[in-house]
Amino acid sequence: MKKFTVKSGLVMPLDRANVDTDFIIPKQFLKSIKRSGFGVNLFDEHRYLDKGEPDMDNSSRPLNPDFVLNQARYQGASILLARDNFGCGSSREHAPWALDDYGFRVILAPSFADIFFNNCFKNGILPIVLPRQTIDELFSAVLANEGYSLEVDLEKQELRRPDAPGIRFEVDAFRKRCLLNGLDDIGITLEDAELISAFESRWREQAPWYFAQSDDGVTES
Amino acid sequence: MSGKTLYDKIWDSHLVKEREDGTSLIYIDRHLIHEVTSPQAFEGLRMAGRQPWRASANFATPDHNIPTTSEERKQGLEGIKDPVSKIQVSTLDDNCSEFNIFELKMNDLRQGIVHVVGPEQGATLPGMTIVCGDSHTSTHGALGALAHGIGTSEVEHVLATQCLMQKKMKNMLIRVDGELPTGVTAKDIVLAIIGKIGTAGGTGYTIEFGGEAIRSLSIEGRMTICNMAIEAGARAGLVAVDEVTLEYIKGRPFAPKGALWDKAAQAWKELVSDSDAHFDSVIELQAADIEPQVTWGTSPEMVAPVTGAIPTLENEADATKRGNMEQALRYMGLSGGTAIEDIRLDCVFIGSCTNSRIEDLREAAKVVAGKKVAANIEMALVVPGSGLVKQQAESEGLDKIFIEAGLEWREPGCSMCLAMNADQLGAGKHCASTSNRNFEGRQGFGGRTHLVSPAMAAAAAIHGHFVDVRKLA
Repeated sequence: MKKFTVKSGLVMPLDRANVDTDFIIPKQFLKSIKRSGFGVNLFDEHRYLDKGEPDMDNSSRPLNPDFVLNQARYQGASILLARDNFGCGSSREHAPWALDDYGFRVILAPSFADIFFNNCFKNGILPIVLPRQTIDELFSAVLANEGYSLEVDLEKQELRRPDAPGIRFEVDAFRKRCLLNGLDDIGITLEDAELISAFESRWREQAPWYFAQSDDGVTES
Repeated sequence: MSGKTLYDKIWDSHLVKEREDGTSLIYIDRHLIHEVTSPQAFEGLRMAGRQPWRASANFATPDHNIPTTSEERKQGLEGIKDPVSKIQVSTLDDNCSEFNIFELKMNDLRQGIVHVVGPEQGATLPGMTIVCGDSHTSTHGALGALAHGIGTSEVEHVLATQCLMQKKMKNMLIRVDGELPTGVTAKDIVLAIIGKIGTAGGTGYTIEFGGEAIRSLSIEGRMTICNMAIEAGARAGLVAVDEVTLEYIKGRPFAPKGALWDKAAQAWKELVSDSDAHFDSVIELQAADIEPQVTWGTSPEMVAPVTGAIPTLENEADATKRGNMEQALRYMGLSGGTAIEDIRLDCVFIGSCTNSRIEDLREAAKVVAGKKVAANIEMALVVPGSGLVKQQAESEGLDKIFIEAGLEWREPGCSMCLAMNADQLGAGKHCASTSNRNFEGRQGFGGRTHLVSPAMAAAAAIHGHFVDVRKLA
């Protein structure tokens, strides 16, 4: 995983609750067997006026001028300001892949859906839960001030704003360490390979029915 | 000290290691795989030169991209017209063969939606930890397994280590007391629950569903409920093990046999929450209060009883909620105050991992038997959840009932639940759907989805608009 190195960023507001992962990246783009290239289709159904397909030349598609992502003042944004239950619905990791590929590295919301929240950390994106009132304040500040940016200090767990006191945020110690150091989850887990093997042997003895059938070599008829 | 919940018991029995901050390594017994969320994970394994930790714990079948007409299916992989979809399905075949993973391929009789096939094959067993790169993995909780969706990075993690790094969720009990009224089904229960607690109501929790109305459901019904736990925000839903569970599993291909079965069945009887277990949250519903449900908006929580009407904006005090409603109604082309029964429909979809099992098809067939689909219904699909469900339905003559009524009888797959294959809802069209998500564009670009039970979808097909199935009896 890549290291989280964001120091500051322009904020883009997405004023809508329950943004689901179909909204973030529609299903037709899930057919790719790659991990990259989803950024041009981030928020596809809202960002463009036509229906997007995987092999289209996106540069010639008609843009929806009303959608916030297309507004000049938010070009280059890397911090997404969102509402409740962001990322609900499907478990598709294509959602954080698309956000990351577009350039969003931090997401601020009053609440996130569990699977999406977890998927963000696997991709070097920092999702931050903030009180609803703070989110409301940020929405007002962003709308009132073109070019509104925040400083992000993951080490100190603080967001600094130009116009008001800093905001302290919570993040799991383990996840923070992984983000700051760009640690590979699988590598970390495999350091405990002996523990896993020992557990597995014990479990196999205690509950052999979870191993019996499939280990007997069931093959396709 | 209080007793343990069912979730506590399964969690504790799979705990490999707990870090100081509570992050834990949890052993995974079963990993289900489909073609959409796995290719990047297999690629990751290859690039790191890793092998699956325990290949036999994995179980794969393609479902999302699969065509559902028999004409296309006869041609095998060549029948998948979209070249990108075809590559994804053949990539799953290649990966399973390279890594020696059991796969029910597209034209195997046992293929189907992974959440229908897993339990059907006995690959889902009580007390297991089960994961899949698919949010509807919560379905398997109906058999007393701890099952939830994961992203592709975690798919790779489970392949490589047979474990997941997790923090324990909180415990929620949703109890539905009393007897379920006639004409009201598992789907109506779960939609009513989501209407009550909202789509984020279960966030951070594992939900155990209990109470008389849940206990009296078949395993199929319990799967419908657990399937939509994720729509209430909970990654996992659970129902305690009882005789109905054991009865369902016995004799299935992957289930233990003989003496091993006896031992397993004995152990599984412990898979219930202790009477003094502590739940962090308890929600109660009375079954008698639940009516057939219909969603009118673009989130499963935007739901109303069939006898009701779409809520009006004026009656919503919360500004954010009002904004959401406004947005939803604009997308749906509907207005507040409209009676649910007055919503005109263009399409009907009976299928998906929520409602494509034999019991669902029987309920729908009962409603359409001897009748004809209304003239304004342009498309009405019945898509069984697996090849074995299809075979069973055909042996009972359900296919003929559907076809004679004017519905299309298709081959198994995810189909128009998320429309990754050719089965898509047209822009602006209203669809009565037995699936699980009514998000914008979910069933097709611009499509308008209304979530209902199989019986309600069938009745809507006949009448061309929503009708209360209880009045048809």
